[in-house]
Amino acid sequence: MEEVRLIEVKEEILADNVKVATEVRERLRKTKTMLLNLMSSPGSGKTSLILQTIANLKDKLRLGVIEADIDSKVDAEKVAAQGISAVQLRTGGFCHLDATMVTQGINALAVNDLDLIIIENVGNLVCPAEFDTGAHKNVMILSVPEGDDKPLKYPLMFSICDVLLINKIDYLSLSNFDMSAVRKRVLVLNPRITIIEVSCVTGSGIEDWITWLKKEVDTFRQLK
Amino acid sequence: MHELPVTESILKVVLKHAEKNNVRQVVSISLQIGKLSDLEDEWIQRYFDYLSKGTLAEGAKLKIERMPIMVQCSDCATSYEAQATNLGELICPACGGKDITLVSGREYYIKDMEVQ
Repeated sequence: MEEVRLIEVKEEILADNVKVATEVRERLRKTKTMLLNLMSSPGSGKTSLILQTIANLKDKLRLGVIEADIDSKVDAEKVAAQGISAVQLRTGGFCHLDATMVTQGINALAVNDLDLIIIENVGNLVCPAEFDTGAHKNVMILSVPEGDDKPLKYPLMFSICDVLLINKIDYLSLSNFDMSAVRKRVLVLNPRITIIEVSCVTGSGIEDWITWLKKEVDTFRQLK
Repeated sequence: MHELPVTESILKVVLKHAEKNNVRQVVSISLQIGKLSDLEDEWIQRYFDYLSKGTLAEGAKLKIERMPIMVQCSDCATSYEAQATNLGELICPACGGKDITLVSGREYYIKDMEVQ
């Protein structure tokens, strides 16, 4: 019988994606375009947040949107109608975006003078956490009706984000959502995360989000 | 949920090394996957069996070693292992500190493979 021999491989499985993601980051750094990856469960308010963000910043920043949510209400035409560059990626049933798909999205936007591109990732707290999209900032939304146990169930997602937006705080009085327990659980996973409480319906807290975002974009544009 | 793209990446790396080393048949592949990953071993193998049909890696057995989730206390720098289920409520066993940073547990790594 033929002898079995051992070959050392020593390779990261997702190395290809990390390489493409690094290329995306470098390319956008040159054009001073900040890339923001927005993630959450389905129905927690990614689309509403993007619409609020556009309404608040479209006169101050040149914005682009890459839509990947499978069943999004903000399709490319709707965003484009607000004077915003937008593309819709056809992800089929895919559970996440990877850096190659994001590259296609950026190419399809076909503009090099944007200040900020927002990716609306596929609604899912599991898979998008594992794949680097090339974004400079990762932001996630947790909405009050989803419950305060989500950081315990999806620790990876909470550990990779720069900002956690807790949305639908107008529902707080109707639920037993424990805000201080959520904050504690999230900060253990990720001590550097910024937590902002918002309601896309009442507009509460949106100003804090816009202030954070505007400051980050301004800082990014000043980087050499 | 994303076993398919991950399995495609595994196969790509394995075939690259197989061709480079004039391999006739890949017998087994040793993987190290962090415990924070939600991948199911059984499904990775099933997808692998499906994708590897007709290649040098057809029939190869995946040996998956789950790597521990390691965290470090920011106050006293003690490193210790955590479980995915209690990550939100960790307290440093050495100093009682609660400012804790994730060190590892997210890796996807191909260590080596047995070939003929």
